[in-house]
Amino acid sequence: MKVLIPSALLSYTERSQTEASGATLAALLTDLDQQYTGIRFRIIDEQDRIRRHIRIFVNGEQARDLSQPLAAADEVVIVQALSGG
Amino acid sequence: MAVTRGKRRKAVSAKRRSARARSAPRTIVLVATRKGAWILHGDAARRTWRADGPHFLGHNVSHLVLDPRDGRTLLAAAKTGHLGPTVFRSTDLGKTWKEAAKPPAFAKAPEGQTGRSVDHTFWLAPGRAQDKDLWYAGTSPQGLFRSLDGGVTWEPYSIINDDPQFREWMGTVQDGTPDGPKLHSIIVDPRDGDHLYIGMSGGGAHETTDGGRTWKTLIKGLDVVEGFGFDPAKPTFHDPHCIRMCATNPDRLYQQNHCGIYRLDRPSDTWVRIGRAMPKTVGDIGFPMVLHPRDPDVAWVFPMDGTQVWPRTSPGGKPAAYVTRNAGKTWQRLDAGLPKSQAWWTVKRQSMAADACDSVALYVGNTQGELWMGRDEGRRWSCIARHLPEIYAVETAAPN
Repeated sequence: MKVLIPSALLSYTERSQTEASGATLAALLTDLDQQYTGIRFRIIDEQDRIRRHIRIFVNGEQARDLSQPLAAADEVVIVQALSGG
Repeated sequence: MAVTRGKRRKAVSAKRRSARARSAPRTIVLVATRKGAWILHGDAARRTWRADGPHFLGHNVSHLVLDPRDGRTLLAAAKTGHLGPTVFRSTDLGKTWKEAAKPPAFAKAPEGQTGRSVDHTFWLAPGRAQDKDLWYAGTSPQGLFRSLDGGVTWEPYSIINDDPQFREWMGTVQDGTPDGPKLHSIIVDPRDGDHLYIGMSGGGAHETTDGGRTWKTLIKGLDVVEGFGFDPAKPTFHDPHCIRMCATNPDRLYQQNHCGIYRLDRPSDTWVRIGRAMPKTVGDIGFPMVLHPRDPDVAWVFPMDGTQVWPRTSPGGKPAAYVTRNAGKTWQRLDAGLPKSQAWWTVKRQSMAADACDSVALYVGNTQGELWMGRDEGRRWSCIARHLPEIYAVETAAPN
């Protein structure tokens, strides 16, 4: 499925849109990490929590849990919240 | 004839100076900032400096350290404000970088329990000369990690991260420094790789002699903040800002603490407050502590204002280093070349370093993004870089 990548993570993917697969958000992130080593830990912490300034949207709805099911036609958008100076 | 001899002598002397300069190890200064890292390359005389950077522009870089065992490998502890923390590694002195395959991370908590996550790696320390590829890292929230492969993969190290007693001493995020509690000052005894010291802000100073299986608290003699009834026997109330071990006498440690400057001569386990000899108008509060590379009696501090609301700026707006040349009996002010007034510097605990040249120079980075060099052991100061982001850490090294 299509995954949109924020600018802060382009050092991993080198493009703002990529493809990854998985039946859940957790599986999709694992696939992403296999393609782009290290990217998952920048998004998800070691307790499997989405990091504080990261938001993940599936078809326009905010995902709050890595167990969220995904379908092949879904669109996943990873967003970095902007804050601070 | 005398003139000719004089000229020849001068020419020979210049040649010798030039040859000495060519053979002298080059000094680099590694500057970690809130928005990236820079490597300053000095010429042989340390008169001119070439800035290489920014590396990781926009990343918070807490520490940048050269591996003294190969003189080429750099580790950088980094994160951005929005992404998780990581460690970058370069094996060609910063020309190219690769991210650690497994950065420091706490163990996943059992189901139903709340686990901790590393916000940033704060302190990087290489192992002993003979322990190639061994590194230690201290994090915020407080954790101790180890790498056995030169910083590529990291694992939790010792009992500290999950020990209930240590967790109590560490407190919560609210108990630490403004940007999070930190485990720092990881010091390895060069005579015994199982003997380590650490500092915890807050949580006190500790040592292990069995490779991290057990730890002994080292807080005797340290003062705690007065007026609140804090028990000095409890590590919770102790805040060592920076601990250093003498390179030529591993039995001597110095410490800049939240409550004064101290020295510890092992095997004693009682710190002596040597900051009492500082001028009363300046006090003995500060963050960094720097030691002479060869003389264990010589140490420098950079005092800050720790009165009332703790501005953490240079006392009176007049920045100065202070040196002791007799292990803390007396102190002298070193401010020649530094601003004489209205300079409200903050110098963080990792932002002061000394090089190991014959004539030792000091390097101080402030939160205004200026890097100052104190030639001749801090007697003559000059600014060698300005307009950098807020400086977090300064290290010196002699690359191969």
